[in-house]
Amino acid sequence: MSDNYLSLSYGQLAISCLLILINVILSLRLRLGLERSLIIASVRMVLQLLLIGYVLEWLFALSDPFSVLAIALLMAGIAGISAVNRTSRRFSGIYWQSLLSVSVSAFIVTNLSVAGIIQVKPWFNPQYLIPMLGMILGNTLTGISLGLERFMEGLVINRNAIETLLALGATRWEATHREIQIAVKTGMIPTINSMMVMGLVSLPGMMTGQILAGASPIDAVRYQIVIVFAIASASALGTISVVLFAWWTLLSPNHQLRSDRLQ
Amino acid sequence: MLQSIKVGRKIDSLWLWRNLSFSLVEGTRLGLIGASGTGKSLLLRAIAGLDPLQEGDIKYQDRSLSSWNLPMYRSQVIYLHQQPVMFEGTVEANLKAVYQLSVHRHHHYDGHKIISLLDLFNRPWEFLQKQATSLSGGESQITALIRGLQLEPMVLLLDECTASLDPTTKSQVESAIATWLEQDSRRACIWTSHDSQQIQRVTNEQLLLSKYTG
Repeated sequence: MSDNYLSLSYGQLAISCLLILINVILSLRLRLGLERSLIIASVRMVLQLLLIGYVLEWLFALSDPFSVLAIALLMAGIAGISAVNRTSRRFSGIYWQSLLSVSVSAFIVTNLSVAGIIQVKPWFNPQYLIPMLGMILGNTLTGISLGLERFMEGLVINRNAIETLLALGATRWEATHREIQIAVKTGMIPTINSMMVMGLVSLPGMMTGQILAGASPIDAVRYQIVIVFAIASASALGTISVVLFAWWTLLSPNHQLRSDRLQ
Repeated sequence: MLQSIKVGRKIDSLWLWRNLSFSLVEGTRLGLIGASGTGKSLLLRAIAGLDPLQEGDIKYQDRSLSSWNLPMYRSQVIYLHQQPVMFEGTVEANLKAVYQLSVHRHHHYDGHKIISLLDLFNRPWEFLQKQATSLSGGESQITALIRGLQLEPMVLLLDECTASLDPTTKSQVESAIATWLEQDSRRACIWTSHDSQQIQRVTNEQLLLSKYTG
């Protein structure tokens, strides 16, 4: 597929800056105050992407599984921590629970799809493994932080209703089942929504990139389907796991709601 | 039937109450007396097993709470919240909802029992069709009481259950609880109330919480 795509030169990249420049000028003329953040964001985006381009070049040349696994673990670690950083409440243990949920679900699903479905050889081939893992982690992270946030919020807002049920003899599972259900659904909303309209409203970025780079649309679509399934599966596993962990921490075995553990 | 053995509750390294022991004998109506902030509600919640204790133990029928299956225990010792929470749906749906809990699965919603409970509060059966979430404070408290009483508990923990009720509803609640006690001589209850006259009226034993501050 590499023989029929147009490689971009730095000159062409410079011209693409004009697209942003138009808006900077517009913002200055109309005094919208947008120019500062637009310029900062553009510069950051360019630097970060160029940097990651070089990192990926170096990464894809790696040929031992340990360095690839180390990078993968680092990525999962960052995802696990940032998932928690996006939530507004904390309890002790929340970080390792998020780390465990992100890494276990992402690793299982990534390995199943890369080694089992796409059948990459060797299984740790970074050219497949790292971008797949990145996409899966990004989506799992969103699911986990949304689900966790909604679950903790639900326990705080509906504390009286939950304790009323407990006082009437409900088990901790019966008293909070609704909160678990809503939290998991909330975590899955972005994934389900994007699956619903995929190809109709939006062409997924990865697929667009592959097509622009010369792959046949049919091939690109097949990859996309595998990746969307992987993303949905990992998000669901990660969200369910993190919500159950939080449930296990915040509802004690003697059927008490431990609001005191939430900060 | 219910004993509190040297229980203590600590909040932010301060003991709210400590070394608190009492025993609730069958047929007793115990009143908890103490200014607000002395932890009356927290003591009731601890007895219901809703909060952990920092010290001591609570026993029901000579078994420590830690050896009870808490849902089973709470089907006999029911804590009624100061501000009752209504579930979605009608009053009847609220009353039926508790039978979906596994601990009550061997019991069934009993329409006749409900009618006689409604009688205690002078409410017609149409009351069952009202939307529970739009009830007044008094009506919510009545619904919460019927929701608990239909399970025929042995102990009721009444946390300010007549605060914010009008005098008529208040006396209906008091007499409903008296009726429930008369039906079985083994039943007992614990009240908290801001109204010291009410405590004198409805209880036959009192416990002064201020004696146990740490």
